[in-house]
Amino acid sequence: MANMAVAVGGTEAPPPRRAGRNWVPYALLVPGLLFLAFFYAAPMVTLGSQSLQEGNVYDGYILTGNVGIYPETLSEYWPHLFRSLGYAASATFFGLILAYPLAYYMAQKAGRWKNIMLILVIAPFFTSFLIRTLAWRIILSDGGVVSDVVQASGFDHVLNFMGLTQGDTLLNSKFAVIAGLTYNFLPFMILPLFAALDRLDPRLMEAARDLYASGWQTFRRVIWPLSLPGVVAGTLLTFIPAAGDYINSRLLGNTQTVMIGQVIDSLFLRVLDFPKAAALSFILLVMIVALVGFYVRKAGTEELV
Amino acid sequence: MAENPSGDLRLVQLSKEFDTFTAVHPLDLTIPQGEFFALLGPSGCGKTTTLRMVAGLEEPTSGAIYIGDTDISEIKAFKRNVNTVFQNYALFPHMRILDNVAFGLKRRGDKNAMAKAQEALELVELGHTAKKKPNQLSGGMQQRVALARAIVNRPDVLLLDEPLGALDLKLRRQMQIELKRIQADVGITFIHVTHDQEEAMTMADSVAVMNAGRLEQVGSPAELYDRPASTFVANFLGQSNLLTSRITGDAGEGLSSADCHGYPILVATENIPDGVSDVFVGVRPEKFRLGRHGRNQLKGTVTDDSFTGVATQYLVRLPWGFEVTVIQPNDGSPRAKVGENVDISWEPGSEFILDASQDEDAGMLDTGLRHG
Amino acid sequence: MKWIKKHLLLFAALAVLGYLLLPNVVVAVFSFNSPRGRYNYEWNEFSAAAWLDPCGNPGICEALGLSLRIGLTASVVATILGTLVAFALGRHRFRGRSATNLLIFMPMATPEVVMGSSLLTLFVMAGMPSGSLNITIAHIVFCVSFVVVAVKARVSSLDPRLEEAAADLGANPLQTFLRVTLPLAAPGIAAGALLAFSLSFDDYIITNFNASPSSITFPMYVWGAAQRGTPVEIFVVGTVMFLVALSIVVIGQILSSRRERKA
Repeated sequence: MANMAVAVGGTEAPPPRRAGRNWVPYALLVPGLLFLAFFYAAPMVTLGSQSLQEGNVYDGYILTGNVGIYPETLSEYWPHLFRSLGYAASATFFGLILAYPLAYYMAQKAGRWKNIMLILVIAPFFTSFLIRTLAWRIILSDGGVVSDVVQASGFDHVLNFMGLTQGDTLLNSKFAVIAGLTYNFLPFMILPLFAALDRLDPRLMEAARDLYASGWQTFRRVIWPLSLPGVVAGTLLTFIPAAGDYINSRLLGNTQTVMIGQVIDSLFLRVLDFPKAAALSFILLVMIVALVGFYVRKAGTEELV
Repeated sequence: MAENPSGDLRLVQLSKEFDTFTAVHPLDLTIPQGEFFALLGPSGCGKTTTLRMVAGLEEPTSGAIYIGDTDISEIKAFKRNVNTVFQNYALFPHMRILDNVAFGLKRRGDKNAMAKAQEALELVELGHTAKKKPNQLSGGMQQRVALARAIVNRPDVLLLDEPLGALDLKLRRQMQIELKRIQADVGITFIHVTHDQEEAMTMADSVAVMNAGRLEQVGSPAELYDRPASTFVANFLGQSNLLTSRITGDAGEGLSSADCHGYPILVATENIPDGVSDVFVGVRPEKFRLGRHGRNQLKGTVTDDSFTGVATQYLVRLPWGFEVTVIQPNDGSPRAKVGENVDISWEPGSEFILDASQDEDAGMLDTGLRHG
Repeated sequence: MKWIKKHLLLFAALAVLGYLLLPNVVVAVFSFNSPRGRYNYEWNEFSAAAWLDPCGNPGICEALGLSLRIGLTASVVATILGTLVAFALGRHRFRGRSATNLLIFMPMATPEVVMGSSLLTLFVMAGMPSGSLNITIAHIVFCVSFVVVAVKARVSSLDPRLEEAAADLGANPLQTFLRVTLPLAAPGIAAGALLAFSLSFDDYIITNFNASPSSITFPMYVWGAAQRGTPVEIFVVGTVMFLVALSIVVIGQILSSRRERKA
């Protein structure tokens, strides 16, 4: 699985040309690509089309080309949109800071403990996302250990001051949502980082030290640049799902932490305003793809999969 | 020793073009059955591509491949009675050694596959490793397994793609002898691709030298060394001193006179290529003698000496500034010092003569040799 | 002090590992709780009741069964489709390679809400009522890409000379595939299948868009329960899942390290 994650960001050359039998790759591709064309590409078209229709669920919809829905939706929900991107960016940032030391330790220092640590990273990821998020309600609840420590250390005032919590409860706050998001997508950050750092030849670090680099300079000039494919893959695998997630904001947040996914969900399934929901969904997709495209270009990775 | 006389391997106008370049220009080559044949050349010269075409792993752009009278160029790799010892061996990592060796036999439905495979392993003295996996074995052992895996199928032709490239020097020498022994035992035609001229010369009955997708020369190691047909061959196989000269006339007794930067020298007339007067007179370093021992004599100054045990190698600067390499056996004769003025001499007829219109340095960088 | 500085990285690594594992420990502990009210958020007193009757809460085991069925179907189909695509990408050169890469990458770059809602619009326009078939299709869509990535990583790291060696030794293309390529790619395929199953089994957001009241998966059940109260049984299921996952991963690791040691 570590391989899987790093491959997302890695660059590689296409395989060598093979003689003859040129229909073989197409035959291999047809079933999978047809499936994706039907159930990934086509839904994007119907989603776009839905956003430009007018009507209601009971009487049906007619395609009217109502592009005005986009500015309308955007002006109504831009705070949710930017809040989601901000939360996702924070979770990605904190995830990177937390994941890097662990991934580095596992890859370079853990020795025979490497596999055991890897198991401990992977195993929780296979356990229900929802149940683990519910567990955070227990961990952060008033009167719990975490809450007591935070209050005893006075850290609650810092959180309050930064607007991350209100009063002396940790739950139902911005803090809880970002902590939950960071936690939930952490394995997606650790595994690609681990894969990249695992391939790092320890002699390179020794060579850097030999050539008078300090510990920090060794990190900055050798380790970090060589781990970039892992960083790119990890940040993408964290940011994308975090931006669209609403489980954390719903279970750990309050009415001020509503994320865009929650809005789309309720517009579709509760308010039944399909066009507006579809428009918002489309806007989110375009924003993410634009951000990811820009980021990938900046990071200089070509072949993504 | 050969049990099924299947005939010689013949390549007829065989060529290979890739998208952007021609790997092998049309070439003709006949390799007699049962011979240990080496394809020698620097990397990228087309020798591996030629080998892969014979194996059926690469489709020729044009031309044909015959074994005896049968054209095999259209036969798929898995139906060809040709086996390969791959570079880095390509042993199947998920199979035991014995299963690796039996793989080919099983594909042909041989009932005795396992017994024959065990026998082949014994031949390479690895019978005890049968139950192991490939990466439990050292490089040299893996190499021998790869050999056993190919030989056990009794192919008409066995192809070896730089088989010793990954081994260290000592093991390499050992395997060279081993390979020759096995080849003599089984009597199969071996085609050995290598960039190591010494390896090719010690092992092969005949050597074909390739350069930039073309055959430069085919012959026995001694022929190639003593009578190279081009500056490339002269420089790629061993060291050469190429003296720019002009043939001036007949000197009788089968000799011709020549002018080398104003100094008169004698050469064997039979060595002169037809219709050429501007030539390189090539003298191998060990054919030179320090002192006035031969009929051809030049004066020079020693600029460098290095002691190699059996011999001492000198660099001698000739009056017109050209430096030649001279190798003297350490047989008790007096040694020269750096800065000393010396005479160097050689016998007419010990030279080879090449047309001077070629690039003097062809084949030089690839061997890492440098002089003059 | 020097000792602390020397082991700073270790402490950081262990702290992060603790952060990752803490919820699982809490879930395991609270599966033995006997909560005071409907919410299992505060420790009250020890009870093994939920462990003795994990299906005690109405609907929980039906939801679990549905999730297992959908997870199996989706992961099998996604593994087949994804493996074929991965072989094409990892083993062949062809026109349209970058377009294929893009189509594989896009589902991974699409937030779950967008994928779930877009499929809903497709199914609504096609007049296909929500239910477990729609859920299964949706799961296959997002699993295929992950399978492709896992298998391709393995396939493209295989030495192409091994396949050539097989052909050279007389194996026809089918034999080469079955005896050499497939066994060597197997760990990647297994990883892809396992990943697909866990993604499918765990999915809430996409499922929620395409489910009907008669197709409640386990994550939907948990979500629904979280709105009204949290039965201890879901903590039992969570703990069991953790233990099963842990043992699968441990067995996988033992197998691969044994193979490495032997090999």
